[in-house]
Amino acid sequence: MNPAGGRKRWIILLAITVLVLAGAGSYAAVAFQRFQDSRSAASAVSVASGGALPAASFVMFRNTAPGQGYGMAGTVPLAAPSGQRFLAAEACDRIYGTARNVICLKTNRGLVTNFEAVLLNREWQPTGRWAVPGIPSRTRMSADGSLVSTTVFVSGHSYGASGFSTETSITRTDGGPGTGNLEDFALLVNGSRVTAADRNIWGVTFVPGDADAFYATAASSGRIWLVKGSMSGRTLTAVHDGVECPSVSPDGGRVAYKKNTGTALAAHWKVAILDLASDKETVLAEPRSVDDQIEWLDDGTLLYGLARDGAEGDSDIWQIKTDPSAVASLYIEHAWSPAVVR
Amino acid sequence: MYISVSDRNGGKKDAQPASNDPKLPQQAFRLSPVILWLGIVSMFTDISSESVSAVLPLYITGFLGLSAIAFGILDGINQGASAIVRIAAGWAADRSGHPKRIALAGYGLSMAARVGFLFAGGFWALTAIVTGDRIGKGIRTAPRDALITVSAQPEYLARHFGVHRMLDNIGAATGPLLAFFILMLIPNGYGTLFVVSLAFAVIGVATLALLVPNLKTGKPAGSAPEPRRSPSFVFRWSLLREPGLGRLLVASGLLGLLTVGDGFIYLVLQDRDSFAVQWFPLLYVGTNVVFLILAIPLGRLADRWGKAKVFVAGHIALLLCYVLAAAPLGGLGPTLGCLVLLGAFYAATDGVLAALASQLTPPEKLATGIGAAQTVVALSRMAASAGFGVLWFSLGPSTAMMVVGGCLAVALPASLLILRAGVRQRQSA
Repeated sequence: MNPAGGRKRWIILLAITVLVLAGAGSYAAVAFQRFQDSRSAASAVSVASGGALPAASFVMFRNTAPGQGYGMAGTVPLAAPSGQRFLAAEACDRIYGTARNVICLKTNRGLVTNFEAVLLNREWQPTGRWAVPGIPSRTRMSADGSLVSTTVFVSGHSYGASGFSTETSITRTDGGPGTGNLEDFALLVNGSRVTAADRNIWGVTFVPGDADAFYATAASSGRIWLVKGSMSGRTLTAVHDGVECPSVSPDGGRVAYKKNTGTALAAHWKVAILDLASDKETVLAEPRSVDDQIEWLDDGTLLYGLARDGAEGDSDIWQIKTDPSAVASLYIEHAWSPAVVR
Repeated sequence: MYISVSDRNGGKKDAQPASNDPKLPQQAFRLSPVILWLGIVSMFTDISSESVSAVLPLYITGFLGLSAIAFGILDGINQGASAIVRIAAGWAADRSGHPKRIALAGYGLSMAARVGFLFAGGFWALTAIVTGDRIGKGIRTAPRDALITVSAQPEYLARHFGVHRMLDNIGAATGPLLAFFILMLIPNGYGTLFVVSLAFAVIGVATLALLVPNLKTGKPAGSAPEPRRSPSFVFRWSLLREPGLGRLLVASGLLGLLTVGDGFIYLVLQDRDSFAVQWFPLLYVGTNVVFLILAIPLGRLADRWGKAKVFVAGHIALLLCYVLAAAPLGGLGPTLGCLVLLGAFYAATDGVLAALASQLTPPEKLATGIGAAQTVVALSRMAASAGFGVLWFSLGPSTAMMVVGGCLAVALPASLLILRAGVRQRQSA
């Protein structure tokens, strides 16, 4: 290229560079300002900063109301779920707990973003923490507070690839040996052991009054099972097909879960209930796709989170009766990850 | 004896005596501006693509939930498509004789995909965008490496590739940090990140379009006294029987089959070291930093000592990394040692493979030859990852790693012999 043409090209390149950097920079500046404004704005709901966990029965959740306190752990009394919420100074992506302990999965944003599980006492003081190897997805705590399960998405298993899998493990809150990755448990389907490399386990739920047993979801080669796990036997035994993110009822007789009625690639999850004694499945009428681990409000009512339409990062907790034709109603607005504590 | 076997001359450089004899006094190293610009194009493009890839999992699980597992499956298919498209793009570049046009199409497609992120509204849209991005990457690689080859001084070919790969990896290491920086300032700021990513992609494409000359390949100036068949306008498998290239494909495919993805190595490290769990994203960045630091020194070494030797020696670093990962050690030292070895492995093999392939390919098939070598390596490494996944679960991480390491130790001398014979074949051709 001749020198004159060369200079012209340089000027064009310089102009393009300045233009796009200025454009992207101002977009970022506006977005940052908007975020600052929304964070310092008053909360969209009535909030108070609370002290310890309430003595009376309550619901614990992640507050997603825009404004101050977004993303913080919160509680409302079971008697007044839509009333004023008490927020703790702990940001959690997923939260669960009992009257004495709280498990909080969080994203530590920074130049190197990492993920952590934090155990808190009823004064919200951390009593333990450990790194988890991926993005928080599900967590549960056994009723006596001795066991904690965590499920995270592990990403980036290969150079330049973003393949996904889950990592699920059970940890003892007293510091004793946990299970490690549940993928290392023996997975038994119809009496024979599944050894395929693509086994994935997620969504643990503990069985009331049983310190050894739990239920979870196991998947391999496109098939999905409800598995009953034994901590001492280090086994996962398939007991039903197509059950994801199980949640055992307070009476221990049923499991509520999400059931995929779409395809593997375009999932649509219905809310369903399995009676463990009779193996009878009831699919509820809720038309929306529910991607959450369901929580039992009581033996006849379920709770789950749904993204709020048109509001990125916001969601609501809905309730529905276990009756097949029941219609869902709003339970707690601007909230996510419910845990009912009696 | 491996120095400059064929007659690579830059399209617009003076004809220089084919330096088949390494004892002739060499010209001093002069970095071609074309390679500097190509490196800067790659740097901006990598900032753009790696910033998005680093947070894609967070973004997808944020609004797509568990169907993310399906995304993983599709991603595997995409990787395969991207690998195959490389050889086709290389062939198209040779056929047109203007690799820049094909490279521009590849960079342009990836840039267009970034525009899509601004409007992505669901799983399928996102899948289409990611596929477009990957195919764009597949298209641009071989023609770009052909441009590097024709712009470089033949006796400093690997060093020139080293310069390019260093700039490329500055981008790859910066991208994730930039992404996490944006999300640190604006926690849900994915929109901002996509806009910034697009801006870098635009700068990369503009640099390529405006500053990189439209060099011709295939008919080197200062024509070499090499017997040449009439230029082929259909893809011929016979290319793979070119003296030397076929052997390179066999040797690199063999080694590729024993190269388990770094993801698995990171997993082994995470298994025993809580540092690796907590700072998982840093493992990737750390490997890239070592890669960029060693890219030029190892390129120089390849020019002086022999590209085939350095290529094989890079796999020795990989073997040592397996051993270190499988050994019953814990703590920070072995983890860092693994990252250094892994970075050295990439620095000794990535650019050197392209240099080796272009050395072993006749000029009119340059991009096809480079594309073929990269396709073979990409496909064999994919197969290796799949196979290693099975081994991992049946034998356990450490044993599986030792088994693959043992096979690699056997394959190393074999592939060196294959490659040496290939280089000699080419020299006498």
